[in-house]
Amino acid sequence: MKKIVTGVFLLNLLAACASDELPTEEATAAVAEDTAVMEVAPPQRATEIAPQIAPERAIESIIEPAAEPATAELFEPISPNAAMVDPLDDPNSMLAKRSVFHSFNSDAVQSESTAIVQAHAKYLADNPERKVRLEGNTDERGSSEYNLALGQRRANGIKKMLILGGADANQVEAVSFGEEKPKATAHNESAWSQNRRTDIVYRAK
Amino acid sequence: MASIIFSINNLIHCPLVGRSWALLILLSTAFPAQAILTIEIIGSGENQIPIAVVPFAGDAVLAKDVSKVVATDLQRSGLFQLIDPAGKAPKEPKDIVYADWPGVDNLVIGSVQALSNGRVEVKVRLLDMNKKSELLAQAVSARKDQLRAISHRVADLIYEKLTGDAGVFGTRIAYINRQGKANRLVVADSDGFGEQAVLAINQPILSPAWSPDGSHLAYVTLETGHAVVYAQSLYTNQRIVLANFSGSNSAPAWSPDGKHLALVLTRDGSSQIYLVRSNGSELRRLTFGGSIDTEPNFSPDGQHLLFTSDRGGSAQVYRMSVNGGPAQRLTFEGGSNFSPRYSPDGKSFVFSHQSGGRFYVAVHDFESKQMQLLTEGGWEKKPSFSPNGKLVLYSSEAKLRGILATVSSDGRVKQRMFPQSGDIREPIWGPFLRK
Repeated sequence: MKKIVTGVFLLNLLAACASDELPTEEATAAVAEDTAVMEVAPPQRATEIAPQIAPERAIESIIEPAAEPATAELFEPISPNAAMVDPLDDPNSMLAKRSVFHSFNSDAVQSESTAIVQAHAKYLADNPERKVRLEGNTDERGSSEYNLALGQRRANGIKKMLILGGADANQVEAVSFGEEKPKATAHNESAWSQNRRTDIVYRAK
Repeated sequence: MASIIFSINNLIHCPLVGRSWALLILLSTAFPAQAILTIEIIGSGENQIPIAVVPFAGDAVLAKDVSKVVATDLQRSGLFQLIDPAGKAPKEPKDIVYADWPGVDNLVIGSVQALSNGRVEVKVRLLDMNKKSELLAQAVSARKDQLRAISHRVADLIYEKLTGDAGVFGTRIAYINRQGKANRLVVADSDGFGEQAVLAINQPILSPAWSPDGSHLAYVTLETGHAVVYAQSLYTNQRIVLANFSGSNSAPAWSPDGKHLALVLTRDGSSQIYLVRSNGSELRRLTFGGSIDTEPNFSPDGQHLLFTSDRGGSAQVYRMSVNGGPAQRLTFEGGSNFSPRYSPDGKSFVFSHQSGGRFYVAVHDFESKQMQLLTEGGWEKKPSFSPNGKLVLYSSEAKLRGILATVSSDGRVKQRMFPQSGDIREPIWGPFLRK
């Protein structure tokens, strides 16, 4: 349990990065801070994750840790009968939410989405036979190739958060649809914000 | 009179030309396809050549089509001012009354004949009306269902004679036609007609890339649930998987000798550029970073790659050796710059320039290091040069539809081609099929 709690703590740190700004060159250069943060993690996880975390997120997480302690309720049964039914099927569960939203040109997760990722991480840790596919999507600005890369970066980022939260790497596949499968097709921010999204798709049992 | 009539058989002996006919015939049996509905031409070149195309003689039905394609090709290049023959119809040079054609520098006359072996022969003559001399006399023939290809060839002969540049009317383009979930990878004449779908699936297709000999298209689809790179023969429709690693496999580009492709993989983490042989073997990584590196494009001499990277904080165009190593940033203006593609002479590259929420087609000159905008901006993406470097093809948007557009490399003449249905995405101009 200690391991999971540590993981969730780190997940909060990492996820508290709902940046509206593009990554800057200064942030990219600041590798030292990134390493420092990652040393909090258990050693084997740190080596796994450290090289792949975008530095600017780590910096922001130091300055602005997650306000919402979303961990407590995760360790409580959802209802007295919850043990009997798969919480994935409970429409009132956090697990019913399967989409995580991102800022422009960023793989940062918007703060309200953090708890969703945490809930899925916990579920995957508790149900090691379950597998998910993370489908990264982008808005239509940029080229199709760049957006495919950006969508993959987003899905990869969620994958790391899930692993940090206790899921096993083998339970999680990260792919990208880029700008190719938009939920909304208009050329405006309302449509774009819906399309900057990573979907969490559970494989059939 | 120095009248030289070549037989098409002489042309066909050139192996590449022979293959191009074979290709067109194969494609015509693949999938039915819709046509481009309308073409709009905006602007004109600085010094237009006044030319009259007399309706071709011979088989009336065939001749009407040939005359129309030849005249339209010349007009949409922006280099010619088409003058109405106004009913005058000389069939042979001896019929021409030169005084009847004031202000006309060049006259095209010709005839179309259906041959007994199922082929069609077009004879064309080009006359210099000032010197009263014949500049060109040639015959072109092919199967009857290749009438458009013959007509484009005739237009290319005229264009080449009068401008000194290789004509591109007979070259082809590829693009994606998307309608809802239905995606078709389409090969068409450079004017958007003669569409043939080489792949039709209900999953996204993107990033088509011509092999330098025009025999294959590499592309990416999501048909297996993630991005996979394929190469498909346009002769046999057989395709091979070039890259299918975990994550996304994308952005294929052929080397000028056709032996290698550059592509982008995420199998080792972020999107990085790799080289692979054209059979999918001998994968070699070229970039080593945590940023996005994508959209590689080979220089015509095969020594350099342009690519898009966000290593500096936003998407910008970089250049590096084809062996990897340090990269030089080439674009600095506006918000972001991406989708670079070299000009055929390697002296410039065309790219997408994003500024203030608009996307422009822009060209960067290596010598002056200056950026020039070729369009007014809008939803304009994926520019690529015609193989003679005189035109740039790109995707645009009009009437809420994705359309094809071209602009002359000096920015003066623009053309918009509207599809009959769906959206056009990811156009790319194919190579010359003959040298």
